[in-house]
Amino acid sequence: MNAVTIIADKDLQWKESLTTESVFVRRSLIAAAFLYLTLFLFIPLAAVFAEALKGGILAYVGSFLNEDALAAIRLTLLVASVVVPLNALFGVAAAWVIAKFDFVGKQILITLIDMPLAVSPVISGLIYVLLFGLQGWFGPWLADHDIKILFALPGIVLATIFVTVPFVVRELIPLMQSQGREEEEAAITLGASGWQMFTRVTLPNIKWSLLYGVILCNARAMGEFGAVSVVSGHIRGLTNTMPLHVEILYNEYNAVSAFAVASLLTLLAVVTLAVKAIVERKAHFPTIVADPISNVQTGSIR
Amino acid sequence: MTILSKMFIALGAWLIAAHPLVVHAGDITLLNASYDPTRELYQEFNAAFVKYWQKEKGQAVVIKQSHGGSGKQARAVVDGLDADIVTLALAYDVDAIAKARLLPANWQTRLPHNSSPYTSTIVFLVRKGNPKAIRDWDDLVKPGVAIIPANPKTSGAARWAYLSAWGYALKKSDNEEAKAKDFIGKFYANVSVFDTGARGATTTFVERGIGDVLVGWENEAYLALKEFGAGKFEIVTPSISILAEPTVSLVDHVAKRKGTEVVAQAYLQYLYSDEGQELAAKHFYRPRSEAASAKYGSQFAKLNLFTIDEVFGGWQKAHQMHFADGGIFDEIYKLNK
Amino acid sequence: MSFILKQPSVLPGFALTLGFTLFYLGVIVLIPLSGLFVKTSTLPWEQFWGITTTPRAIASYQLTFGASFVGAIINGLFGSIIAWVLVRYQFPGRSAIDALVDLPFALPTAVSGITLAAIYSSNGWIGRFLEPLGIKVAFTPLGILVALTFIGLPFVVRTVQPVLQDLDKEVEEAAATLGANRWQTFRAVIVPELWPALLTGIAMAFARSVGEYGSVIFIAGNMPLKSEITPLLIMTKLEQYDYAGATALGVVMLVVSFVLALAINLLQWWSSTRHMNQ
Repeated sequence: MNAVTIIADKDLQWKESLTTESVFVRRSLIAAAFLYLTLFLFIPLAAVFAEALKGGILAYVGSFLNEDALAAIRLTLLVASVVVPLNALFGVAAAWVIAKFDFVGKQILITLIDMPLAVSPVISGLIYVLLFGLQGWFGPWLADHDIKILFALPGIVLATIFVTVPFVVRELIPLMQSQGREEEEAAITLGASGWQMFTRVTLPNIKWSLLYGVILCNARAMGEFGAVSVVSGHIRGLTNTMPLHVEILYNEYNAVSAFAVASLLTLLAVVTLAVKAIVERKAHFPTIVADPISNVQTGSIR
Repeated sequence: MTILSKMFIALGAWLIAAHPLVVHAGDITLLNASYDPTRELYQEFNAAFVKYWQKEKGQAVVIKQSHGGSGKQARAVVDGLDADIVTLALAYDVDAIAKARLLPANWQTRLPHNSSPYTSTIVFLVRKGNPKAIRDWDDLVKPGVAIIPANPKTSGAARWAYLSAWGYALKKSDNEEAKAKDFIGKFYANVSVFDTGARGATTTFVERGIGDVLVGWENEAYLALKEFGAGKFEIVTPSISILAEPTVSLVDHVAKRKGTEVVAQAYLQYLYSDEGQELAAKHFYRPRSEAASAKYGSQFAKLNLFTIDEVFGGWQKAHQMHFADGGIFDEIYKLNK
Repeated sequence: MSFILKQPSVLPGFALTLGFTLFYLGVIVLIPLSGLFVKTSTLPWEQFWGITTTPRAIASYQLTFGASFVGAIINGLFGSIIAWVLVRYQFPGRSAIDALVDLPFALPTAVSGITLAAIYSSNGWIGRFLEPLGIKVAFTPLGILVALTFIGLPFVVRTVQPVLQDLDKEVEEAAATLGANRWQTFRAVIVPELWPALLTGIAMAFARSVGEYGSVIFIAGNMPLKSEITPLLIMTKLEQYDYAGATALGVVMLVVSFVLALAINLLQWWSSTRHMNQ
């Protein structure tokens, strides 16, 4: 080791010591963080699986292998398979228009997209009852034409779409804004069609954020409780989604099955977070905000 | 990639083809919208009726169930839940559906016993050994006794419990309303958790270990004993209680549109049959038929029962006076604060 | 539709994407939400005022906003610590924890509700240790606080974290070279930088908590005037066929949510302009 590097190392250590805390402070802060996370994160996470496996592995598996549970899983997957593509399509379109164009009323549009995040889920359900209930605006007309919306699949889908509208678009806007317009403009100037520009330039640029938005949207779509509870009608094996099925089992003194289905949803949440971590590493963007509210704002000003 | 896409196609096919919304379109499907504690009863009763109907008419029928707080279920039907049949905790909730013109106003006269095929009453469930020495209604208003009734604004059982306590206080004080109000005020001052439904209240008391006394359905108390073992809890039957009459009705508007009137009516009538009555008794509802009463009579404690018509002049009056916004229940809550 | 464009652009698809966006938002968000206001406007003003200012409603606002506020403050404190620890220190399990912080956000609220109720009830994992101390969590207002703190956890961490990451260490070094001790540096250099992001995070946690329903109902005692949150009161009104009452309370909640969303946007605007001035 020559003298220069030793001096450089010393310099670094000295600098390091200036901007860090004493061991005691450091350890206490880490301990405080751990204590808080244990109370509010690790114990709940462990409890879900502990409660679910209380009755043994057979009871655990048995909780899924019955008609009602399978129907609930099926309905949840079906709802997500309708909701997520629609919101992804909307997310791309809305992010395109917001990030790449300057137009009158943009801020109002962004606020409108945000609204579902701020609205209580109970209200999200209530508004559809007011619209499509038999006593609501369109209810009588729908009944005359034998169209079921409330207490059927369409109602559940609509309420879920409402709740998850912001997720994809919120992931895309900051990214698309920071990427600017030059690449797309170049593609168009060089004679690419709109579709070619989208598939060859835009889509590859946004694919990781899009994926994360889709995953987040999916997790929320499968987990929504309040809004769906208002519009579902709770018909066993027909309009019960997984979160509602959890509640029903819980109310039937069937805590083990309730937690078993809950553990499935928890697993989904954990997988979502794992994929998110991978996606973030792939996309090389730092951990941004879980809730996308801040993304747009910081993004739009960037 | 091809394996992945194949998996997706298979998943999609399963979702669409096997989904009950699609599959059962051809079958006769009945939907019974019921209140919370009847889950176990109707699970068994539905199976019995399906068998009976298959044998009798050679027709396959699928019966779907929806459970929730009685008021919530009535609201869902009013808002368009396609229930052919409602089996609710109290007549007032069926009246609400009648008000929306989905069934005729005289619905209660269409079936025997005020359209109430089985009855129940309000009893107390206490912890093992009855540590707070609860014997009768008076013991519930003592200081330091934590009681768990459900919320009378939303739960049928809770309304029956409220009326039961009121009826007791009236009888004890020779119909002095002020004293009854005082009693009910003390009663609700002792509440420690207010669940929105009867089942929620039972869960709170039994599984979460909150409170000294669960005030609720007799059938629910027996079910809790059965589910959790008789060693943990005891049932205390008060000297006097209300005859709770859960009511059933056809929802004419829905059944007519779906063309299920015949089978739906048969379903309701089957509740009065020997098998229906036996099943009700088996699930700790007090049966109406003499045969079932004789057979299962010993499992129910004897007590003085009064009806809502005798003491309160019917549900509409009782609701106006006690549970409507600004009624006595609201008044009590203001006082307690 | 080019008249609303501020600048002409060579990029295609403006009319198509804007049209689709407006249509989708109109059908999914705007029409349903306006339904709520139209329904409420059929109420005379006195009646609206009466419904929304009953003692029970006011008690529910106090509880909902009070517990959300306290929960947000707790998360402000511990969220900052967690963000600090995650950005500045190396310790085993750091990246796993970093990923897991978002769990309350990804977990269905019903699952959070039954789990928290199970843990904090008197025979639960944590509740059993608190019970002898005379602390009851489940089915008391404290339980509501626990649920709201849980669901608000990710917000402060995730708003403070990126700011901490971007924070230039050289400023801290400079402060230290000029003779400031660590605490002084923290107060004079780091806190002012974090402040806007911290406030944003707290406001977001607060906004999310105010509307929360699923996780709270399982752990709250649901006692009128004591442990009943406003969303539950709305649900209760619905179950009593009281649509007018439910929508009136819904409008109150909605207006509050809107004001909160606005406040958050302003905070972020403040935060980012500060950032740009540096």
